[in-house]
Parts: sequence; structure tokens; C-alpha cells
Amino acid sequence: MPDVAPAPATEIAPQTGGWPSLVADWSADRHAFRGVSWGKAMMWVFLLSDTFVFSCFLIGYMTVRMSTTVPWPNPSEVFSLEVGGTNFPLLLIAIMTFVLISSSGTMAMAVNFAYRRDRLRTVLLMLATAFFGATFVGMQAFEWTKLIHEGVRPWENPWGAPQFGSAFFMITGFHGTHVTIGVIFLLIVARKAWRGDFDTGRKGFFTSRSGRWEIVEITGLYWHFVDLVWVFIFALFYLW
Amino acid sequence: MAHAATAEGQQHPIRLYLLVWGWLFILSACSYLVDYVGLQGVLRWSLILLFMLVKAGLIVAVFMHMAWERLALAYAILLPPLAVLVFVGIMVFESGHTLGMREFFFAGV
Repeated sequence: MPDVAPAPATEIAPQTGGWPSLVADWSADRHAFRGVSWGKAMMWVFLLSDTFVFSCFLIGYMTVRMSTTVPWPNPSEVFSLEVGGTNFPLLLIAIMTFVLISSSGTMAMAVNFAYRRDRLRTVLLMLATAFFGATFVGMQAFEWTKLIHEGVRPWENPWGAPQFGSAFFMITGFHGTHVTIGVIFLLIVARKAWRGDFDTGRKGFFTSRSGRWEIVEITGLYWHFVDLVWVFIFALFYLW
Repeated sequence: MAHAATAEGQQHPIRLYLLVWGWLFILSACSYLVDYVGLQGVLRWSLILLFMLVKAGLIVAVFMHMAWERLALAYAILLPPLAVLVFVGIMVFESGHTLGMREFFFAGV
């Protein structure tokens, strides 16, 4: 049996697409995620695990809502906002949704400019994203304050099933925490980008490795995920 | 080359992001309108879920660049969440049982 050294990964012609590429990548006895950096792959794996965390919250909410004999408070009325004497249902939530979508838009463009090595535009767009995120958290704090003043607690509320409060605080609280962490993450990466770390190869304080522009895309993945979770919360908690 | 997912990173025209951004606004406005005009019943739920899934799809495919990643990654990330649907099914069944028991034993309370 001839002893043949394995060919370098680059010499194995990558299948370009479709099912053959899937089979080839997974059966290559090499990196399954060909051409994907470990940072990006790990962020995706983390986001997958976070998907399960939020799924469990939403499924828990679904379970208590479906199994209670007490009527569920009407979110459309609970979250209405009075502007100039008229009650708009879910007005604040709608504004929050648009703010978060806008932040995703600016983030997507920041990633694009990062790969063009356009330092100024990247930083400005990341700061805009962080600003929208902070605005979102601020509006959420306003909403929590309003509801707490109206008597919503994790164990009771004036309108119906007591589980409403616990589901609301758990789900929006966990999401708000993710947004807050995302804002901090954005500011840290924006500072590094502004300082030119990704061009000069300056070592990171925490990892002692040179940063690369790809970190902007990885930050973006996290940020878009936060927006993605809000899409589900908006539909399943507020509109249901 | 307009679209490319290379070692150098993702390169797509800015116009694409603006287009998706616009669509996300439109879809969000639509799902808000479903509540605003007070649609009820099957129409309400199907529209809300439809808008939700389309928005989620646009974010994952374009903003998160999943459309241009290799299938090996896309399937590793996108298939496992389907297990959540099984969990949903189990808990719908469970909730129905709990509700039935509550109505049966605490009907007069």
C-alpha cells in the first residue's frame, strides 16, 4: 500500500455549489466550513445556541398563554400610546421596530465599507448603529417604567393572566440585554477601526492577536441577530 | 464582479442593502397595519407569520450574508432550529392537556 501524503487543502478542487459541495465539505476530513474563518464560524454557532435560548422563552410564553383559563391582556391596548388625545395601539413598539431595522441597515453598510477599507464611513456607520441601539434600549426603559407604574409585575397585572408580566419582563429584558451588549461590542470595534488596528495589525488587548476587518462583519452578525430576534418577539408577543 | 464572497470578504453593491432595508420597513409597516385595522382570525395569524418569516429570511440571507456562504455552513446553522418546531408541537399538545385539566377540575372556581 503506497504511503501517500495527503494533498494540501488548497489542491483539492472545491465543489462550487449545490449538494455535491455540501457532501464534499463535510466528508473532506478537513475544515467542514471551507473558507470561513473560525471567528465567523464560532459566532454562527453561538447565534445558533442563542436561537435556542430565545426559542425556549417564546415557547414558555406560548405554553402559559395557551394553558391559562384567565383571559390574556390585549397587547394592542396594553402597549398603546396616547398622542394628542388619540390612542395609537402599539405606537412605541412600532417606532422601536423601525429604529432597530434602521440600525441593521446601517450595520450592513458598515460591513460593506469595512471590506472596502473605508475607515471613516465604517466608523460613522457603526456609531450610527450604536446610536440606534441605545435609542432602542432607552425606549424600552421608558416602556418598562410605564408598565411598572401601571401595576405590571412578574406575578400580577391589572388586566388578566398574571403570567403576562413574567413573560414580558423575561423576553424583552433578555432581548434588551442583548442589545445593550451589542452596543458595547459595536463601540469597542468602532474604536479599534478608528485607531487603525485592522490596518496596522495591532494586537488586541484581550486576545493578543492582530485584529482583521472581518471582525466588523462578525459584530454585524451579532447585531443582525438581535434585530432578527426582535422580528419574532414583535410578531409573537406584541401582535399575537 | 458585483457579488463575491471571497477570502477578502463579502462584496455587494450598497443598493442591495438599501433595497432590503426598504422592504423590511414595508413589511414591518404591513404587520403593524394588520393590528391597526384590527384584522382577526386566520387572516391575522397567517399575515403576521408570513411577514415575520419573510423579514427573518431577508435579514439572514442578505444582511447576514447567508445566501453567499457555502452550503456546508448554511445547513449546519439553518437546519437545527427546525427542531424547535418539534418542541413547539410538543408544548401545544401539553398546553391543551393542562387547559383541559384546569377546565375540568376548576370549572366552578
